[in-house]
This record gives sequence, structure tokens and C-alpha cells, in this order.
Amino acid sequence: MANEHEAANMAHDAGAVAAEAAGHAAESAGMPQLDFSTFGNQIFWLLVTLVVIYWVLSRIALPRIAAVLADRQGTIAGDLAAAEDYKLKAKDAEAAYEKALADARAQAQKIVGEARAEIQKELDVATAKADAEISARAAESEARITEIRAGALEAVEAVARDTAAEIVSALGGKADATALAEAVGARLKG
Amino acid sequence: MSEASGEGLMFHPMDQFIVKPLFGEGPVHWYTPTNASLWMVLGVVGIIMMLVVGTRGRAIVPSRGQSIAELAYGFIHKMVEDVAGKDGLKFFPYIFTLFLFIVFSNFLGLLPKAFTPTSHIAVTAVLAVLVFVTVTVVGFVKNGASFLSLFWVSSAPLALRPVLALIEVISYFVRPVSHSIRLAGNMMAGHAVIKVFAAFAPLILMSGIGIVVTPLSILAITAMYGLEILVAFIQAYVFTILTCVYLRDALHPHH
Repeated sequence: MANEHEAANMAHDAGAVAAEAAGHAAESAGMPQLDFSTFGNQIFWLLVTLVVIYWVLSRIALPRIAAVLADRQGTIAGDLAAAEDYKLKAKDAEAAYEKALADARAQAQKIVGEARAEIQKELDVATAKADAEISARAAESEARITEIRAGALEAVEAVARDTAAEIVSALGGKADATALAEAVGARLKG
Repeated sequence: MSEASGEGLMFHPMDQFIVKPLFGEGPVHWYTPTNASLWMVLGVVGIIMMLVVGTRGRAIVPSRGQSIAELAYGFIHKMVEDVAGKDGLKFFPYIFTLFLFIVFSNFLGLLPKAFTPTSHIAVTAVLAVLVFVTVTVVGFVKNGASFLSLFWVSSAPLALRPVLALIEVISYFVRPVSHSIRLAGNMMAGHAVIKVFAAFAPLILMSGIGIVVTPLSILAITAMYGLEILVAFIQAYVFTILTCVYLRDALHPHH
């Protein structure tokens, strides 16, 4: 309870202090901004200050900074141009390389073509030779087959004659060799 | 107790703005070196340090100091070019001068015990009137009488145009007032508020309630100080960009 009272007292004190202080402030509250006796002084020094700043800027600082910025711009532009130049050079080199590669490829193609043609020619010759040999062999074989076939026909005639003689004798006749041969020959031809 | 506190708690939030002679006492003549002139000169020194000493290397790859100078240059240069147009660039040194003066006096004024020249209406009014006169003269020199078409809103209905013209003329003449009071008011108010909070800070030495009030007031001072850093830059920026806008009106008055 006592404490509370003390606190209230303190608050009251603080309020009184603030009020008194505020009063004091109001007392001396003529705004220095409206003290016209200092205006001439401030304006004079302000104009001096502005003239000095303007002089320093326009004579020294701004030309210097503008020069530095232009210089940097120039350097950057120059570097970019150089880079562009190098890029072009690289492109040229790449084109040259590309061309050399294409040439080499064409050359290789040509060599391959030539080799192929040569091989083809040799192959053709060999094929022709083989063909000739084959046809010769075939002709030879054909001749032999014809010969064999002729032999076979002769043999068939002889067998037919013998068989006919046998049949005739088996039937009890007497076969005349000449007549038989004629009959068989007629039959075979027929 | 209240007597002791009355002595201890000092509420003089406006005392920081009093212009006094630097050396000794006495009346403030127009030439007297005062705290105002001291902080203006310190601003000039700061500007020279930043823009002249900082760029002395003229390096293609800039040092830190040179980067800051180039950044400030590029910031205002771009602002003038974007807002006022290419033909506004003739006024770039002038506008850059205004910006640098304001930004340096705003920031130097945030140092403890410092004086803020831009918190005085005498200073900001001169700056604003310089802009007003320059812009008006440029407007008439560049456009002749057709500069007056700035006040004749040709896109509005014909019946409204005389009324709008009256409003436009009034607003044209109010420009330097708002231009200067905005800057001075912002600087003054922020500093005064910090001072008021600061006056509460020593309460812990006199009264038990100070246990609560002192940390709060220190917190408030810190917060206000952070805000003031923002305001110091924004007000310089606003003043400069408004100058560019007025300049654009003078160069191209036709809406």
C-alpha cells in the first residue's frame, strides 16, 4: 500500500516535472528559425558555400568523373571490339579447319573411288575369265553327256535285240539275226 | 524533489537550432563565422573529400571512394536525364550542387552536437527561391510567352480551363514555399523530437519512474535516429527530384 502510494507520488512528481519543463520550453520557445537577425548571416554563408561547391564540381570533380566514366566506356567498348575481332578470327580459323577437313574427306573419297574402280576392273577380268572357263567346261561336259547318251541308245538297241531274240526263241521260233536287227531298228525309230 | 528535477530535466528542444558566433559572444553580423557557417564549410569539406580526393586515382577500375563518387554522379545524372530530359543536363552541375549540399548538411547534422543548416527556413528558402527563379527565367527564355501555356490545361474542358489556370498559377507560386518548408520542417521536427526524448533520458537519476522512462526514451531516440537517417536522404532526394520536375516544366511547358 505504502509502495503504491509512493509510486503514485513519483508519477505525480514526474508529471509535475514534465509540465514544468514544458512550461520552461514554451518560455524559451521562440523558434530560432524565425530569428530574422541571423538570416543575413546564414544566407551569406549559404551563398558562399554553394558557389564553392558549384566551382569545385564544375571545374574539378564533374569533368574528372565524366572523363573517368568516358574512359571506362571507351575501354569497355575497345575490349568488346577486340573480343569481336578475336571471335571473327576464331570463326575464320574454324572455317579454314572445316574446309581442310572437307578437302581431306573428298580426297579420301576420291582415293576410295579409284581403288574401288581398280578392284572392279580386276574383278571383271577375273569374272570374265571364270565365265569363259565355266562355259568351256560346260561345253565339254555337254559333249560328254551327248556321247554317253549316244552310247546308251546303242546299248538299248543291243539289249532290245538280244531280248527280242530270247523272246522269239522262247516262243519256239528261230530268230534270224538280221531280221531281228531290222525289226528292232524299225521299232526304235518308229 | 521537483525543484531538483526542474534543474536536471532540460527541455530545450529548439536550442540546438540557435545560430551563435563561433568565437566569443556578440551580435551575429552577416559575415560572422557562426555554427551555421562552420557546418556548411564542413559540408564543403566533405563534398571535396568525396568527389575530389576520392576520385584522385582516376582509375578505370575504381577504388571504394571513387565508386561512391561515381555512384552519386550517376544517380543524379540519371535523375536529371530521366526527369528533366536530355536538355536538362546543362543544369546537372547546379542540381548536383543542391543535392550534395542538402545531403551533406542533413547527414552531418545527425552527428551529436552538430548543427543542421538545412533545418533553417532561411537556408532552404534561399535554395527553393534560387530554383524558382532559375526555372522561371529558363522557362521564359526557352519558350517566350508560350511558357504561360503551362498554366493553360489544354486537355481539360474549355469551361474549366480558366479555373484550372488560376489554380495552376497559385500552385506555381506555392512551389517554393512547399519546396523549402518541406525540407526545413522535416529536418527541424526530427531533431527536435530526438531532443525531447533525450530530455527524458536522465530521469532515472532523479526519480524512480525513470527506471521505466529512461530505457523507453533511449529506445525512442534510437528509433528516431534510424528514421532520421532515412529522412536525411529522402528529403535531399525529394528536393532534387522536385527541382528536376520544375525544370522539365520550364523546358517543356506543353502538357
